[in-house]
Amino acid sequence: MSAELPLLSLLIWLPIAGGVWVLTQSKDSEDALLVRPIALTIAVLTFLFSLPLFFSFDITTASMQFEEKLPWIQALNTYYHLGVDGISMPLILLTTFITPLVILSAWEVIKNRPAQYMAAFLIMEGLMNGVFAALDAMLFYVFWEAMLVPMFIIIGVWGGANRIYASLKFFLYTLLGSVLMLVALLYMYNQSGGQFSILSFHQLNLSSTAQTLIFLAFLAAFAVKVPMWPVHTWLPDAHVEAPTGGSVVLAAIMLKMGTYGFLRFSLPITPQASHELAWFIILLSLIAVVYIGFVALVQQDMKKLIAYSSISHMGFVTLGFFIMFAILQNTQSKDIAAMGIEGAMIQMISHGFISGALFLCVGVLYDRLHSREISTYGGVANTMPRFAMFVVLFAMANAGLPGTSGFVGEFMVILSSFQANFWIAFLASTTLILGAAYTLWMIKRVIYGSIADDKMETVGRLTDINARETFILAILALAVLFFGIWPAPLQEVMHVSVMNLIEHVTRSQ
Amino acid sequence: MNVPMSELYVLLPEIFVLVMACVILLVSVYIPEQLRELNYQLAQLTVIGAAVFTLGNSTGSTVVVMNSMFIHDPMSIVLKAFIYLITFTVFLYSRQYLQDRDLYKGEYFVLSLYAMLGMQIMVSACHFLTLYLGLELLSLSLYAMVAMQRDSQQATEAAMKYFILGALASGMLLYGISMLYGITGTLELQKLSAVIAEGNIDNKLLVFGLVFIIVGLAFKLGAVPFHMWLPDVYQGAPTAVTLFISAAPKLAAFSLLMRFLVDGLSGLHSDWQAILIILSILSMGLGNIVAIAQTNIKRMLAYSAISHAGYLMLGILTATKDGYTASMFYTIVYALMSMGSFGVILLLSRAGFEAERLDDFKGLNERNPWYAFIMMILMLSMAGLPPMLGFWAKWSVLNQIVLSGFVWLAVLAVIFSVIGAFYYLRVIKLMYFDKPESTEAIVANADMRIAISLNGLGILALGLFPQMLFQICSKVF
Repeated sequence: MSAELPLLSLLIWLPIAGGVWVLTQSKDSEDALLVRPIALTIAVLTFLFSLPLFFSFDITTASMQFEEKLPWIQALNTYYHLGVDGISMPLILLTTFITPLVILSAWEVIKNRPAQYMAAFLIMEGLMNGVFAALDAMLFYVFWEAMLVPMFIIIGVWGGANRIYASLKFFLYTLLGSVLMLVALLYMYNQSGGQFSILSFHQLNLSSTAQTLIFLAFLAAFAVKVPMWPVHTWLPDAHVEAPTGGSVVLAAIMLKMGTYGFLRFSLPITPQASHELAWFIILLSLIAVVYIGFVALVQQDMKKLIAYSSISHMGFVTLGFFIMFAILQNTQSKDIAAMGIEGAMIQMISHGFISGALFLCVGVLYDRLHSREISTYGGVANTMPRFAMFVVLFAMANAGLPGTSGFVGEFMVILSSFQANFWIAFLASTTLILGAAYTLWMIKRVIYGSIADDKMETVGRLTDINARETFILAILALAVLFFGIWPAPLQEVMHVSVMNLIEHVTRSQ
Repeated sequence: MNVPMSELYVLLPEIFVLVMACVILLVSVYIPEQLRELNYQLAQLTVIGAAVFTLGNSTGSTVVVMNSMFIHDPMSIVLKAFIYLITFTVFLYSRQYLQDRDLYKGEYFVLSLYAMLGMQIMVSACHFLTLYLGLELLSLSLYAMVAMQRDSQQATEAAMKYFILGALASGMLLYGISMLYGITGTLELQKLSAVIAEGNIDNKLLVFGLVFIIVGLAFKLGAVPFHMWLPDVYQGAPTAVTLFISAAPKLAAFSLLMRFLVDGLSGLHSDWQAILIILSILSMGLGNIVAIAQTNIKRMLAYSAISHAGYLMLGILTATKDGYTASMFYTIVYALMSMGSFGVILLLSRAGFEAERLDDFKGLNERNPWYAFIMMILMLSMAGLPPMLGFWAKWSVLNQIVLSGFVWLAVLAVIFSVIGAFYYLRVIKLMYFDKPESTEAIVANADMRIAISLNGLGILALGLFPQMLFQICSKVF
């Protein structure tokens, strides 16, 4: 462990400070190209600083690593307490990995106030790292809420035609969920004798009614973020209206915060209520997987289609978490339960790559023809062969093709679900068909075929992706393939923490 | 009447302000037009002087003087300190606005100082008479200030409305006081509290008096259903006066509640708790919902003030020391935020142009990104979003009601705050997402620019490190 350098603080404050600095550059250099390299350098630096998290991570312990603890507000007994375990570390890496790509993707595309755009993403990166690293509930909450502001601005300023509706809906929806969580946190603060340490919340002995209410309050916050059916309606709006970068961050990282919340708060703090209400979450997850899968099938707008596909895939993640209880009951095997949770977590990371990549691909098309409608395109492969290769790869990954990272997580979740209940596993497996159907059908309509006569002027004149775009997509393609072929490093990192979580949940029931 | 010098020394800030207000009144009559700056300088000097005297005598112990009419305790010191700070800043913010509108006269400063004196007396009162005197001094000065723009029809109407309803409320308050006096035979708050604690008096009679008093207090605070005057006054008064009304008097109103309900009638807390819960829910609900429908930003902020009055009462109604601390923290934070928001409105106003429509904020980010940023901080803080200071204010009152077992009330409060978030976000939306209607540059004096920046950044910085302010407030009770 390299405890010398406060790595986590660096990962939070370097991008934020960098973002503020970029913001101050905006005055007289509105069109100066300098802000872009500066922003990119900061993002890449942050990524480099996050690498030691992975390489000097101790995979034999479930306790928090790289811990930092300083008194923050003594009057309230809150601490600036950071630390990561196998659950949060991969998500921080995902954040620092995606952000430079997002900034790179906006390079020539964003012409309106580029400095503010870059700054918003950098600040958001820092805040998101803060959410994953915080071990103090108040610190967590502050990062969690503060993050809404840059996203609100990103959607509202650089978004599409209906951006104002989408940004307000996004903000208020998420806010409503999180304020209920705040009340739950305050309740636990008073129950635990006035402390906010998340780890001490894990040790609380709560009555079963209190557990149920707290579980529901957390559910309100996390279900909106994931998003789970039926509180998912903000997501398609937000995705469709957000600029490409906003959609990427939203899908790749922000949705993961909800599922991360389940692992960090709901399951360990309210194990009993989680057990009792697991059927409910599983039901919602299956509705997300199956019903939203069908909804995705009929979308005319590419971004909307990917947004619905995200909801459907995130249903898998929540399914993987909460199927644990049934598995434990049926088989008593913690290893199989762990497989479900690990599969769900791999799905989180993999979905980060795949959905991010797909949104970037839509962005590439949108930059050229300013349309997201599937019907605008057709036969893109004829004019953009290099691009088509990437899109098809990511589409295959989205459909869960073996050899891509999309396969690993889904397969693990389905496999473990069979130990719980055949019908749950059966319904979950339909995603392999549905996912393939809606993704490949979109690919067929957009990429393949010959260019229709009336589209000669538009699709016929498309230029293939340039070096910058190729670079971004290639990196993501590598990540998708790498974790598809060799997911072991990811699983190793998580394993001990997940086992510890399962131990904790079974012990405190 | 023989008053020893040591007692007068406690009263020094009040005496000083009174003398200086009279001096400015005289000076402003005789100085020529071009020396008007002198009024402003003298007024600022008065505020600074009062602050020096008050803080110079802050021993941390409680002193009661003037035949137990005047109390000098930690709460009064902290509240006075913030009243001075706010009045000082208000003068600073209003200067340009007043100059542009030919209101830059002695009267504004004299009336403001009298109002400040009224607040000082209210904050330090421990006797029904002093409380009432302070309140009337404040109210009468404010009525006149609202009407100061003589040829503005709107302002005159607002002043009349304010005056008539205000007089009615004062009457209610007096009626309640007289009833309590009739029952208990004392006007001193501490004695009253002791008499009630003995328990020899019929509770029904006391509650009867209490209800009248709460009606009067609710009116002054602007709590629903006694809020009718507030939107009209906020909108009708010259913005510089609205700025003044919206900030410092909230602190005084808080102390009014504390003195009456806690110092005097703490024996009846289960009765006033129930009433405050209703007032608070109505205020949070109506304030936040009606604010959505407003197109005038001053009026919108008036409804926001109503909703904030609801949140402010949440801490008091727990009837615990920590609850009072939380409410005081809330009030101070609210006053600072409100001051900043009206400051930005003043900043956007020019000679012959009142920036009072919400649409005047359109595209502010393109005209001046810095002020847009400051306004964004203030609006987010009002909405109670971390990491702004307003979040900790909401946090502390919510924490107290959860601690007292009113979890349902906390849930209700946060849901109303989400509803409220909408109209604050709309201001951000207008500033950042829309195109500006005018491209005129925003000009302001250096001192104004610095003050407003400090105000905004202070809300952010104190939000990141609220420890100091928490400590100040928790030492009081």
